[in-house]
Amino acid sequence: MKKFFCIALALVMMLGCFAACGKATPADSANPADSAGKATGNPIKIGGIGPLTGGAAVYGNAAKHGAEIAVEEINALGGIQFELNFQDDEHDPEKSVNAYNNLKDWGMQILCGTVTTTPCIAVAPNSFSDRIFTLTPSASSPEVIKGKDNVFQMCFSDPNQGIASAQYIAENKLATKVAVIYNNGDAYSTGIYEKFSAEAATHGLDIVSVTTFTDDSQNDFSVQLADAKSAGAELIFLPIYYTPASLILNQAESMGFEPLFFGVDGMDGILTIEGFDTSLAEGVMLLTPFAADATDDATVSFVTKYNEKFSETPNQFAADGYDCIYALYEACTAAGITADMDTETICDKLIEAFATETDEDGNVTKEGLVFEGLTGAGSSMKWAKTGEVFKAPMAVVIKDGVYVGM
Amino acid sequence: MSKIKKLNKTTRSNFITYAIVIIAYILSQIFSSAGIMSNSLRGQLVPICAYVVMAISLNLTVGIMGELSLGHAGFMSVGAFTGVITAISLQDSVTSGPLRLLIAIVIGGIMAGIFSLIVAVPVLRLRGDYLAIVTLAFGEIIKNIVYCLYVGMDSNGLHIGTVSIEALQMEDGATTIINGPMGAVGITKLSTLLAGFLLILFSLFVVLNLIKSRSGRAIMALRDNRIAAESVGISPSKYKLMAFVTSAILAGMAGTLYAMNYSTVAAKKFDFNTSILVLVFVVLGGIGNIRGGIIAAVILTILPELLRQFSEYRMLTYAIVLILVMILTNGAKARQFLERIKGSLRFIKKKSDGGGAVNG
Amino acid sequence: MTVLSNLINGISLGSIYAIIALGYTMVYGIAKMLNFAHGDVIMVGGYMAFCAMTYLGWGVLPGILLAVIICTVLGVVVEKLAYKPLRSAPSLAVLITAIGVSYFLQNTALLIWGSDPKVFSSVVSLPSLKLFDGQLSISGVTQVTVISCVIIMTALVLFTSKTKIGKAMRAVSEDKGAAQLMGINVNSTISVTFAIGSGLAALAGVLLCSAYPTLMPTTGSMPGIKAFTAAVFGGIGSIPGAMVGGILLGIIEIFGKAYISTQLSDAIVFAVLIVVLLVKPTGLLGKPINEKV
Repeated sequence: MKKFFCIALALVMMLGCFAACGKATPADSANPADSAGKATGNPIKIGGIGPLTGGAAVYGNAAKHGAEIAVEEINALGGIQFELNFQDDEHDPEKSVNAYNNLKDWGMQILCGTVTTTPCIAVAPNSFSDRIFTLTPSASSPEVIKGKDNVFQMCFSDPNQGIASAQYIAENKLATKVAVIYNNGDAYSTGIYEKFSAEAATHGLDIVSVTTFTDDSQNDFSVQLADAKSAGAELIFLPIYYTPASLILNQAESMGFEPLFFGVDGMDGILTIEGFDTSLAEGVMLLTPFAADATDDATVSFVTKYNEKFSETPNQFAADGYDCIYALYEACTAAGITADMDTETICDKLIEAFATETDEDGNVTKEGLVFEGLTGAGSSMKWAKTGEVFKAPMAVVIKDGVYVGM
Repeated sequence: MSKIKKLNKTTRSNFITYAIVIIAYILSQIFSSAGIMSNSLRGQLVPICAYVVMAISLNLTVGIMGELSLGHAGFMSVGAFTGVITAISLQDSVTSGPLRLLIAIVIGGIMAGIFSLIVAVPVLRLRGDYLAIVTLAFGEIIKNIVYCLYVGMDSNGLHIGTVSIEALQMEDGATTIINGPMGAVGITKLSTLLAGFLLILFSLFVVLNLIKSRSGRAIMALRDNRIAAESVGISPSKYKLMAFVTSAILAGMAGTLYAMNYSTVAAKKFDFNTSILVLVFVVLGGIGNIRGGIIAAVILTILPELLRQFSEYRMLTYAIVLILVMILTNGAKARQFLERIKGSLRFIKKKSDGGGAVNG
Repeated sequence: MTVLSNLINGISLGSIYAIIALGYTMVYGIAKMLNFAHGDVIMVGGYMAFCAMTYLGWGVLPGILLAVIICTVLGVVVEKLAYKPLRSAPSLAVLITAIGVSYFLQNTALLIWGSDPKVFSSVVSLPSLKLFDGQLSISGVTQVTVISCVIIMTALVLFTSKTKIGKAMRAVSEDKGAAQLMGINVNSTISVTFAIGSGLAALAGVLLCSAYPTLMPTTGSMPGIKAFTAAVFGGIGSIPGAMVGGILLGIIEIFGKAYISTQLSDAIVFAVLIVVLLVKPTGLLGKPINEKV
């Protein structure tokens, strides 16, 4: 009977599959934005991919929410209309490729994703061969864009962060004895650490203690902190996300260890964890492109909207998601893209619109998109032909529970 | 048809299993080439094949040998990374893609087999949950080791280290194969549906023949009553080792097939959750029932994709479906209910048969 | 001195594993099932206490009490709905159902509380104990966890050996059929077991979150697996074994990190586990398996 049940279920599933694909092909104009009467035809279909469930859900959900707000705002303007379909990948390359294929069935014209690095490395070759323009909010490894002309990043690349951090620490003479605690099960964290340690050596920084943890053991940091302490570290560099960082700060305080802490963009968000005692983060320095309590109009309006809608304070991923949609919007407007173009044309036009080309001497030969967003730290962003973004990292220090520029 | 009926029960059942796999392959080829298969399903065909092989292989450990394994993904991981290293290092010497894939799969399988010999020492001593925890531990150890593994290749051959790619001190223009936690990057996709299909047939052939053979009967005798089996001279070490290593080799092969379908593969993929996923296939399909395992693997791989329309309730729905299916197929009440329906169906059938006889 | 302080850190981490493992081993010993959803009940307990204290402004004790009550009810309900229909099914079917329940709880928590981490404010306000002129300090949470661990362990041992229900539990664990023939209500006994196990999970959740104050829907899963390992390490089904196993696991983890490699700390823990099981195949304090012909 069990067999019968299985086979019956199998048949139903199979039918479901084929039925679903039959439905997907015709361009469904189910919900063209009705917000403004002057909408110009069909919306452009933007696909998004990120972890919405599982251990990395916090990043995917933030990027999704940020992107949703941007789409809403843009559609209300009445010009180019966007339709966003954001799919879950559980931070798994396999599921991410599945999500990508699912979005292709839906008729995706531009991909805004994926949020996390490893899945993005799996998806990007597909979007490259399918000629679907890809702008990832936060997949930061150089491997993501390597050799793919249509894949662009919104965030700093990992090596840049590692190098910038080492330079910053050395130039401002923050410390000479540095300890590092990083997540050796995470590509982002390891990537930054490797560049940091290489760069630190050339700047005369002395790395006295290097300890690691993994996602499976990110509770107890007593050994790592004790190691840094006994090595006499004056500064601890934390190229990690804010959740474990909050635990590190907490445990360092309880053991009475008070070095300087220096973080990277993954650290952003630490002040907005619900229930976090911000006094623990007093004096923490980080390089971040986004600060939720910045006072410029764009950030204030974004943070208010985000708070109203999702009753959370946006972190850097949310801002990246928001910026991605706006960058796409500006590029689409500049290149005159409409929804009835095929994906390949859109892709070529967007590459043309995004990339700033330079000759061998670094002189700009072709101006690409110049974008002012939330994650540009007040300056504008540009993209190289390789897909890498140029923007200024902003160093901030946490004082009285808020970021203060340094 | 009558010929099939004449065959003995196991042979007939095996025949049906092969037939289902072959028909499924032909159908998916037809649908795929006719362009009426969704991209989403087409993209899943190779992973489905890999999971089917995993289900067949784990069924050998769990169903036939009767031991719980919670670390089967560990063998998949060994196979995947060995296979990737093999495939990339042979890129220049073996130009034919399918041949390279074949070599990679074979070497991936062999490597997983070698690792299984190491794990086999405790396997032969422990039973039940203690064995389960050892396999779980093995899977975690493999994952943690690959996190620290850096492999690259230049003209001098392979370089293996545990610090970083730079520390391997390779020449310029070297290829990075495994980059620590990022896993293997820059894989050329070689896996195809045909390769997956052939691998499924191969593992079916191996497992079904093993079950039918003298050794297979010995393994099952050990499962059902170890003491009785030992008393008639069956050596537990030999037969358990045979089943366990075979199962690991197949898992390693599935791992290579899986890895060669994506441009990247990271150690994190082959964690406890993947081991559990494969276990779910086996249990849902009926422990020891190879065909059931195959069907369950296919359904449960497609199911989360079909549930995408539920958006944020997707994984919740998946969990509920999983619980309900377990209760419906294994629950006492549900089973009674099904038996009753079966009984009444039989009754109706008998009645109509009887009626026919009278009329005729 | 560093050895001592590492030892204390190890005990502090281990006592958290131990308190989770106690609930694990309790359910396993009596119901003979691996309740993989145990870690997620811990997470629910943590969230409940968090909500009560942060959103409702309740005090520490009422907050813990609420968490314990809700988790107890949750445990009984889950047992009734998901595990009871499978009483006669193969144990693996129950295991898979437990995994289904685990996914269910995680994803429900994700929908209710969102994916953003919450910081749990410690329920322990005890000052840390300073020894040797402050060179060695034992945090308040550690003191409370170790003490409650010992109390719970003793209480459980006494409960299963002295009380009527406890004896019924042991009878059910030995032989369900025979216990039923002796007039023991197997179903209600198992329900009580789940109630106790889940109540303990809530306590463990509160203590886990006090020691490591981030709360996410996946908070319980890895400690759950580690605690399961600890329970097997100590001999699954044995109540003192769970405690010993948990504390040893914590010590091995910290020592592995401190003296061998932080990168491979998990690998070291599991390797030691395999070696121990090779020497003692039924765990440290496990009963040898009697085989009947």
